[in-house]
Amino acid sequence: MTTTTGKSPREVLAAVDQPLSKAALPGWTPWALLAASVLVAVAVLLPGGTSIAAVAVLTAIVHLVLTGAVSRAKEGPRKAKDRVVTALVTIAFLLAMVPLVSVVWTVVSNGAARFDATFFTWSMQGVLGEGGGGLHAIWGTILVTLIATLISVPVGLLTAVYLVEYGGKSTLARAITFLVDVMTGIPSIVAGLFVAALFVILVGPGTKLGIMGSIALSVLMIPVVVRSTEEMLKLVPNDLREAAYALGVPKWRTIIKVVLRTSISGIATGITLAVARVAGETAPLLVTVGTTVATNFNPFEGRMATLPVYAYYSYTQPGVPPQPGIDRAWTAALVLIILVMALNLAARMISRFFSPKAGR
Amino acid sequence: MSTPTQQPTRDPGPGGRGTLATGTTRKGDAVFKGTSTGAGVLILLVLAGVAAFLIGQSIPALTASPEDLPEGQTVTAYVWPLLFGTVLAAIIALLVATPIAVGIGLFISHFAPRRAAQTLGYLVDLLAAVPSIVYGIWGAVVLSAWLVPIYQWLERNAGFLPFFDGPALPSGRTMLTAGLVLAVMILPIITALSRDVFLQTPRLHEEAALALGATRWEMIRYAVIPYGRSGVVSAAMLGLGRALGETMAVALVLSGARIITFDLIGAANPLTIAANIALAFPESSGLTTNTLIASGLALFIITFLVNFAARWIVSRSGAKA
Amino acid sequence: MAKLIDVSDLNIYYGDFLAVDSVNMTIEPRAVTALIGPSGCGKSTFLRSLNRMHEVIPGARVEGKVVMDGQDLYDKDVDPVAVRQHIGMVFQRPNPFPTMSIYENVAAGVRLNAKRMKKSDMDELVESSLRGANLWNEVKDRLDKPGMGLSGGQQQRLCIARAIAIRPSVLLMDEPCSALDPISTLAVEDLIGELKNEYTIVIVTHNMQQAARVSDQTGFFNLSGVGKPGQLVEMDSTSTIFSNPSQKATEDYISGRFG
Repeated sequence: MTTTTGKSPREVLAAVDQPLSKAALPGWTPWALLAASVLVAVAVLLPGGTSIAAVAVLTAIVHLVLTGAVSRAKEGPRKAKDRVVTALVTIAFLLAMVPLVSVVWTVVSNGAARFDATFFTWSMQGVLGEGGGGLHAIWGTILVTLIATLISVPVGLLTAVYLVEYGGKSTLARAITFLVDVMTGIPSIVAGLFVAALFVILVGPGTKLGIMGSIALSVLMIPVVVRSTEEMLKLVPNDLREAAYALGVPKWRTIIKVVLRTSISGIATGITLAVARVAGETAPLLVTVGTTVATNFNPFEGRMATLPVYAYYSYTQPGVPPQPGIDRAWTAALVLIILVMALNLAARMISRFFSPKAGR
Repeated sequence: MSTPTQQPTRDPGPGGRGTLATGTTRKGDAVFKGTSTGAGVLILLVLAGVAAFLIGQSIPALTASPEDLPEGQTVTAYVWPLLFGTVLAAIIALLVATPIAVGIGLFISHFAPRRAAQTLGYLVDLLAAVPSIVYGIWGAVVLSAWLVPIYQWLERNAGFLPFFDGPALPSGRTMLTAGLVLAVMILPIITALSRDVFLQTPRLHEEAALALGATRWEMIRYAVIPYGRSGVVSAAMLGLGRALGETMAVALVLSGARIITFDLIGAANPLTIAANIALAFPESSGLTTNTLIASGLALFIITFLVNFAARWIVSRSGAKA
Repeated sequence: MAKLIDVSDLNIYYGDFLAVDSVNMTIEPRAVTALIGPSGCGKSTFLRSLNRMHEVIPGARVEGKVVMDGQDLYDKDVDPVAVRQHIGMVFQRPNPFPTMSIYENVAAGVRLNAKRMKKSDMDELVESSLRGANLWNEVKDRLDKPGMGLSGGQQQRLCIARAIAIRPSVLLMDEPCSALDPISTLAVEDLIGELKNEYTIVIVTHNMQQAARVSDQTGFFNLSGVGKPGQLVEMDSTSTIFSNPSQKATEDYISGRFG
């Protein structure tokens, strides 16, 4: 497989027949090279004025070149390639951390300005310019997401039960599996459009209701719940089902009291992650729920504000002067991030602390 | 037969069983099986509903004469530039995200210290937890500002390429910025999927390579990458599906129009289907609404095909392994 | 409590594949019946068809009769779930419920069926079942600990306690000792010797010494040829099978010439 063309057998043998100990660079080499790279980058860039980003980019390049050269000279080309690739994938990882850190930093620093009691106690009713808050949007997000969860969990859970426990290899089961896959890929805006189109027929054009948003989010949430629950149910050993059957327990009780009971923490984790995923959705809510300035607790009557849509309109139509609106947008984004991250954290806690301690 | 108890001390067995004859258990089973089957069928109906309502609400726009439609164009002419923008943005995202995601996947699966790997993987997953609206605002405010000097440099030094024709937009809110935001958004899903395939490489293949004296990179080159190739391709396809349908990031970053241009850093930027719906739908009515729904139908079909292809690649390689 | 089971012309299928061909057998009450034979000859399949566990596998079905107390277990009016409440089963690998304590595992047969029972009655049932499985003295101080925390042999006896807690008439054991170490095996074998005073016991085993040690009757299963279904070659008292079998195949198997 390696490129041996153009080499005589003797050369090939020499390449294969290597001594056991070879010159190797000491363990601290990568760090030393990194330090050297930083110095070089700063020295080159400082005279012309510089930024952290420029230094980081140049450091990465210099580091790659230095690593390759030093290792090649001391350890040979194969080892050098290995070191360069190691440096490359590490850089790829660090590169991905840049947006994460930047997003979190930007949102926290900009959102902190209005992260105050007023934001959590006021809606936007009668507010122009400064002040006002996102209470109505927080309630809206909680309500819309909660109803979506109440719709999605039973449907998703039961579908997964059907697929794992009853469906087997039947045509219906395969069709459902396929369509769940399709649903996983539905763009969120299309889910919103579907519900909008549905309510045009049911109620009339231009309808915007909280429940519409919940249904749209359910379309996005159900496949996630089905998938994760399915995985968890498949992990339950068949031995346990047989043990229950052998005790004269009917299948449905076996499923509820043994299968679901055993996998409940994994299922709860999956559901929490699904909630986290849809809680931050903007596009479907934009076309189904719209927004409003006052708190609305009735999902069947009138528009509702939700955090993502509130952040969107506060940012795109901040009003005059714009700054208070933009500040509110950042704070809404911050609250949303905290909510979603908290849900993610909760999911991890559930899977860590509530899984059965099965040492099989 | 009667209660099977002959022992005087332990009468009627626990709970007192009756005969062997069919009892209530079958009813319970039938109800539960029926309910769960019904839930599955409901999913079929919902998806049929999605397709049916989108088609049903598209028909008025598809059959109307062009003069009555927005911009006085047929639906096809209306959707075409949006489709161009959608595919362009998604391809930029894919080209940027895939190599980085594969690198991160390898880093977490084979290069990072064992104990740290899980935490590092979790950090990448956090990228997926950031809501799209936040990415949108971040892209419009922070990332675009970062990119302005780079765009100016590109215009000066690579302006001969159609992509960097310029003149570079001073706000930096261009197609390339939108594509990069999308790249950040699809990075975690591609990373997670490719990491999983890399981790599934049979230990035996890896050890065989190492036993032959391969360095870590050679082991990855000859054992891990061939094994994971189709997995990475399908991960990229799923990422592409995400990027095609992503709405808010594009809607917030771009002040786009329905145009076709390959200039990625200029002032005129093509809008995507999803972003166009988000921007226009709230204020739309009548045939405009129908036209937007028709464009949504087009988006649905494209993402469906892309996702279908991804699954097909997975199932084909799965059968081979 | 113990009951006699009469099997006649039993054919067992997986889909279209005939796995076991026309078995006729009488299983005596208050005795241990051992089923021996080479791997894949259908003895476990046959065992599972006795309490209708066979049909849990998709496509699996049975033709013929299994009569207990004058009632054919495969009669169309018979509920397989009820059959399993009368004929308990112990599996090859110990399978206590991981989410349940030792106490709850023994009580599982009652609780999972949502039968109401007074706390004192339940305590008594759990104690008598654990005593019946020779496990009471080892676990009485930690009944609320998870069943998974026990050793393999203890887990298997816990599973036996769980099976006898529903007071079955018959107890089926599918290679109950194959996953256990010799000391645990001895404990389970001793237990089988005691249980036969109250139950009809059918045990599948790979271990011929075990069959000779614990059983009163022995049935030898074998494949009638490669790709052909398994069948019952002969059935007799254990001493006869091991000293003077009537079939050449049985003698070959017992003397270790194949299998």
